[in-house]
Amino acid sequence: MASLLIKNGRVVDPATGFDGPADVLIEDGRVAAIERQLDGKGGEILDASGLVVAPGFIDMHVHLREPGIEHSETIETGARAAAAGGFTSICCMPNTLPVNDNATVTSYIIERARQQAVVNVFPIGAITKNSAGEELAAFGSMKNAGIVALSDDGRPVMNARVMRRAMQLAKSFDLPVIDHCEDLNLSAGGEMHEGVPSTRLGLRGIPASSEDVMVARDILLAENTGVRFHVAHISSRHSLHMVQFAKKRGLSVTCEATPHHFALSDAAITSYDSSYKMKPPLRSACDVAAVLEGIVSGTVDAIATDHAPHPGSEKMQEFEKCPFGIIGLETALGLTLEKLYHTGKISLVRVVELFTTGPARILHLDRGTLAAGAVGDVTLFDIERSWTYDVNRSFSKSKNTPFDGWQFRGGPAATIVQGKVVWQLENR
Amino acid sequence: MAGLLGIEELTRAEVEAILHRARYFQPLQSQAFKKLDTLRGKMIVNLFFEASTRTRTSFEIAAKRLGADAVSITASGSSVSKGESLVDTLNTLAAMRPDAIVMRHSASGAPHFLARHLAIPIVNAGDGTHEHPTQALLDALTILDHRPALEGLRVAIIGDIAHSRVARSNVHLLSKFGVDIVLCGPATLLPPELTQIAPGVTLATDIREAIREADVIMMLRVQLERMHDPPLSAGEYFQFYGLRLEHMALAKPDAIVMHPGPINRGRELSSEVADFQRSVILNQVENGVAVRMAVLERIVGEHANGFAAH
Repeated sequence: MASLLIKNGRVVDPATGFDGPADVLIEDGRVAAIERQLDGKGGEILDASGLVVAPGFIDMHVHLREPGIEHSETIETGARAAAAGGFTSICCMPNTLPVNDNATVTSYIIERARQQAVVNVFPIGAITKNSAGEELAAFGSMKNAGIVALSDDGRPVMNARVMRRAMQLAKSFDLPVIDHCEDLNLSAGGEMHEGVPSTRLGLRGIPASSEDVMVARDILLAENTGVRFHVAHISSRHSLHMVQFAKKRGLSVTCEATPHHFALSDAAITSYDSSYKMKPPLRSACDVAAVLEGIVSGTVDAIATDHAPHPGSEKMQEFEKCPFGIIGLETALGLTLEKLYHTGKISLVRVVELFTTGPARILHLDRGTLAAGAVGDVTLFDIERSWTYDVNRSFSKSKNTPFDGWQFRGGPAATIVQGKVVWQLENR
Repeated sequence: MAGLLGIEELTRAEVEAILHRARYFQPLQSQAFKKLDTLRGKMIVNLFFEASTRTRTSFEIAAKRLGADAVSITASGSSVSKGESLVDTLNTLAAMRPDAIVMRHSASGAPHFLARHLAIPIVNAGDGTHEHPTQALLDALTILDHRPALEGLRVAIIGDIAHSRVARSNVHLLSKFGVDIVLCGPATLLPPELTQIAPGVTLATDIREAIREADVIMMLRVQLERMHDPPLSAGEYFQFYGLRLEHMALAKPDAIVMHPGPINRGRELSSEVADFQRSVILNQVENGVAVRMAVLERIVGEHANGFAAH
């Protein structure tokens, strides 16, 4: 019987409310016991002295680019980057080539992941065929093949009637609908958040209202249909207020925030560096404050990276020509500790919750806890170690990040998937 | 040696130094023999990714009057149309060791992006809707031909402010001298954030309000090529935002009318205004050469001190 004993760590498991010193024994891929001073019984032992031992982190929003765009990322490289970021599970968006809008593509992704990914990969299916916003995709067969949610991320459904029908059908298949909320007419041609910096730089603006009007539409449709609705990468203060309002009304509405939307504002874009170009764009300082506040108050349910790899050749261009998106798997925990934990805004339990029970509840995943019998996915991290992010040592195929050279206090130490150590910090 | 990317990052003293030097070059423009040898042996490449007659010619003449060699390249017919990236095109040109590259590009920030990757000095001859620094310098020189100082003047800039790099550069320059700047246009072309990019800026949607007591009226071209959906018909635009002779009574009696060109008669200003005695549009063009000589000399001359890298 294969076993792994994680000794001497501080176990933080928001699902059970446990926070204290304990050893974790994993046998045959499942948590067998959590107690003080467990005996390894001759199996593998991992010393977690000085580390936090948490349920495996889940990133519910990544782009793995496979099939079809393998020069940017593959399931294998994206999964390695995830492991190095402390994630044991990742959910991949359907905007591949072809789009994941049918069971064949879903099965392909799951099979590739089974062979090549060091972490769990849960695909997200498209809402509409080819994410064209018109005909609904095959929800039922995609669900049977393994999708955990629906989204036309990046190419959001503009037609409210189509979205309403999608929500009705998603509800009957018990799938959550995730929307990248952006009114494409309002944001057309935009390159960065519309505000003083965009006016100064002469870059075309993406108004916050382009996000807000779609969040409003979707919340109203969610109430109408009863679907579980999730706002991807929320970034504007009005959108956060609306999600808060929906929650108060008791709707099944959730949202995620990305580390870059709480760590940076549009004021960071001073030199037309495309590493700062993404959608939604980095918003104003006031919006950043609202995202932070939403994380503190509980309006934000999860932290997700929107890991969006693009090769250097695409990012080394005029700002307006560069594609949107940055990688984020390896910097997410560092940024969260830096901007939220070490600033005293949230507790360590809340940090872990945002990466575990938060996304697990939204997607109904049987992950996110270390309770006895749970899947043995574990994230070990340090809250004090100072380190510098060097994107050239990234496991991702792409290097598009604004955080290269950033110094962090605390970060991932080891990643364990079903009892197997899939990544471990060197020289610890 | 740093090039010239924008007015915003210059200090007031740097602007004054260029204007001072430009004034030295002004009389040269009307002399029979116009050529100096200050930049003999130097090579300036003018790389224009956007159509331009006056700016490109003006830079070319400025380089030649300083004794430099100048090559002008326009995007059509260059490697750009063969799919080469901007950075590769510039690297290729830089490998031929010119002393400076003067460039115009339709993307805001294109010269800034290149300046981060290339060692050669780059002079921004207009980037998208961002800046057009030498235009603001020649505009200031032209104003100073008619006024003793910039301080305390009231300057109205009227038209398509949102898409105007000329407006942005002028705002930054005039603001450094405490000018009272009024930006005027229909709200769709007048982002409210403009009041926050530099001190001394106010907005007006009524042309009469903008012109009242103005010392200088700068008209801008409506840049249809940069708009997704033009907000006003041509007729409606001219009726409410076109400058006509009757407006001049509202301004100071000796107010001057400026326009960066190319002008569209009957679109943003009436033909009468274009030919009006206090229209200084052609003086602007003439001053363009003097200002660009001052800029090029400062960047590539023997005793060049360039611009501080900010």
